[in-house]
Amino acid sequence: MINLETPRKFRAFVNQAHQVAAEMLRPNSRRYDLAEHDYPVELDMLAAMVDGLGASGNGSGAGASGVRRTAAAEDGVVNGSNLSSVLSIMEMCWGDVGLLLSMPRQGLGNSAIASVASDEQLKRFEGVWAAMAITEPDCGSDSANIRTTARPDGDDYILDGEKIFVTAGGRCDAVVVWATLDKSLGRAAIKSFVVMKDTPGMTVERLEHKLGIRASDTATIRFDNCRVPAANLLGSADIDKGFAGVMQTFDNTRPLVAAMAVGCARASLELTRELLSEAGVQIDYDRPTHHQPAAAATYLAMEADWEAAYLLTLQAAWMADNAQPNSLQASMAKAKAGRAANDITLRCVELTSTLGYSEHHLLEKWSRDSKILDIFEGTQQIQQLIVARRLLGKTSAELK
Amino acid sequence: MSLQERTRRDAIGVGVALLNKLARSRAIDRFGLRKPAERAVFEATKTGFRTAGALSRRFAAASKPAAPSRLPAARGTGRFDLTPTEDQQMMVDVVREFAADVLRPAAAAADTACVTDPPVLESSAELGLSLIEVPEDLGGIVTERSAMTGVLVAEALAHGDMGQAVACLAPSAVSTAISLWGDETQQATYLPAFTGSSVPAAALALLEPRALFDPFELKTRSTGGLLNGVKSLVPRAAEAELFVIGAQTDAGPRLFVVEPDHPGVTIEAEPSMGLRAASLSRVILADVPAVPLGTVEDYAECVRLSRLGWCALALGTARAVLDYVTPYVNSREAFGEPISHRQSVAFMVANIGIELEGMKLVTYRAASRASQGLPFAREVALARRLCAEQGMRIGTDGVQLLGGHGFVKEHPVERWYRDLRAIGVLEGAVLV
Repeated sequence: MINLETPRKFRAFVNQAHQVAAEMLRPNSRRYDLAEHDYPVELDMLAAMVDGLGASGNGSGAGASGVRRTAAAEDGVVNGSNLSSVLSIMEMCWGDVGLLLSMPRQGLGNSAIASVASDEQLKRFEGVWAAMAITEPDCGSDSANIRTTARPDGDDYILDGEKIFVTAGGRCDAVVVWATLDKSLGRAAIKSFVVMKDTPGMTVERLEHKLGIRASDTATIRFDNCRVPAANLLGSADIDKGFAGVMQTFDNTRPLVAAMAVGCARASLELTRELLSEAGVQIDYDRPTHHQPAAAATYLAMEADWEAAYLLTLQAAWMADNAQPNSLQASMAKAKAGRAANDITLRCVELTSTLGYSEHHLLEKWSRDSKILDIFEGTQQIQQLIVARRLLGKTSAELK
Repeated sequence: MSLQERTRRDAIGVGVALLNKLARSRAIDRFGLRKPAERAVFEATKTGFRTAGALSRRFAAASKPAAPSRLPAARGTGRFDLTPTEDQQMMVDVVREFAADVLRPAAAAADTACVTDPPVLESSAELGLSLIEVPEDLGGIVTERSAMTGVLVAEALAHGDMGQAVACLAPSAVSTAISLWGDETQQATYLPAFTGSSVPAAALALLEPRALFDPFELKTRSTGGLLNGVKSLVPRAAEAELFVIGAQTDAGPRLFVVEPDHPGVTIEAEPSMGLRAASLSRVILADVPAVPLGTVEDYAECVRLSRLGWCALALGTARAVLDYVTPYVNSREAFGEPISHRQSVAFMVANIGIELEGMKLVTYRAASRASQGLPFAREVALARRLCAEQGMRIGTDGVQLLGGHGFVKEHPVERWYRDLRAIGVLEGAVLV
């Protein structure tokens, strides 16, 4: 039966996440935006609580690690941890995207581990805070073209290369690194490795100063003759099957990033509606927008885009929970949510004038934070490319 | 065995009843539906053509029930789910086939003739379109609110052709309105005609001819039981045997039931840029007796459910655009390769896909809330905004992707462009 409301069994859990966002993330939002590289100590306590939420709930993954796909256990329709994860992330990012990204043990590397690790690895890396390292100085969206190498040596691999834009790379316990076994073999030779932070040869070189999500550290990491046990390679070591495996992670993580965008945009919409109301503008859902103030019409258009982004995100997660292939829908969700959130947060600043632009409110901050959500985990243009290839039945060689 | 003689149905019974209805609709196969319309109700090319209202059949209550029948809200499962019920899927499969085999091939001719072929209308009635919202104890086939089913059906029809879909759905807008808001006398008087073998033409008329039209500020007025005013873009008005018309009262706008065989009713052809197969007309009312249907609150709900119907139609037609341009851009070559190998072309297709999926989910959420008896004003407003904006964007991009070929009538995209402009303009006419 078609129903797009928050599942009954997740409502209490979503409310908890909202309380955390309202009482813990929001009050610290401006502080860590201003103090860019300070460690948000409040998060340690919070992380313990999030772990508790994850453990207590009926399949209620609280964050990025809740994306592991399991065979449908119950009969019929499943509302599982992919769905609860996006719902939780929406609430947390309504609080603060940067702080959510700094949540211990909830890194995107944890999603990768949850998506492709063997049961043994999953157990071994339990409780590890894992960041994701894909991008390199000369390689961004064309991730099949990475230069970081992994050379087999006995029971180990030796990693060499440089990774940039590693979210939580300074604070995490481990990094999931993409490296190639043989550059001449292209994407098939790309594997991901879990590299623990204390591994000799791995150094965090610097942290970036950014437009937004300043509460989250973004690191450059060097691998210099860095020895990693073969047991830390995620997925198959065979060269002919692999890239599909690492790319599959994106089917699970793109809805998460879409959820961040949805949460951030909702924060902007809610505050803007309040400020518009104080300015005497009410939103009427029944009267034609042509009879309402231009600000109300703009608001309605933004809310409509938001609703589409929100539901596309839930759809992608719901499909993952129900073991349906969702690459297309995950990219659609990421594309729509990324551009809608950026557009909404920027227009909210415009609508609220000086209140929006100044640091008195968080509207200007959200409009800076939102920009990254249309970039990382696959830019807007990459998502469009993926959607186009799927709809048109084209290979990456045909539609470049 | 007539529908009324059946014993009370459970969920499976509803499915069986549908199947039975659909089995009879094999009549579709018999039609030579490619031939052009033989009998136009009026010639829309003659501007200023006017006619009197059609003669109504005798509507009379067969029996007097004590209270109106009301459909209860659908019981939710509490789970997020995008899967239609088996009954809905069955209905959609048959309607989709009808849309592909009957409506799509007849679309160009119906557009030109400004009329939907009578056999098409008959076979659409045989599909049970007017039964979807009528309670089974009044001869319909449902036991709970089914706005969601209505949306799925309208979407499937519009994938074939939006103009003919509106013509086919026009009577069910009236039967749905009477089912949802009619009192026991109105239900007993009018609904049997819609659940019988010969469904009358009928129309729900809310629009009025002026810029910045607002359905909550109507100029058509009800005074002393008489209606005066002009309604615009009313489907199949010249042949309609029954109207449900929105008019202003001192308490606010309300719906009224009007039988058109009154001398004060004049029908005037109003051919428009699209939806031409729906034989759009103005209905001019001069001291026409009318009986109120439902409350001021019911009127607001009618506006919302009608907007929802238009969103559903937008989904179907926008999907038709996507399905049509996809093979076209793959086969059309320029500069030595398919034009779909260029990002400027491929990204337009991607955006059609992305926005259409968003429109669909927002519309479904509104429909699902309506079916479950939850407030849905917000969700309908957002769906309408999105479908008007993105639906038209898809319509114009559909033509653009075919270039000059999109501009000529060899391809259906120019018709979809004209039809999709209706979303955001039209109110009333369809109801889920």
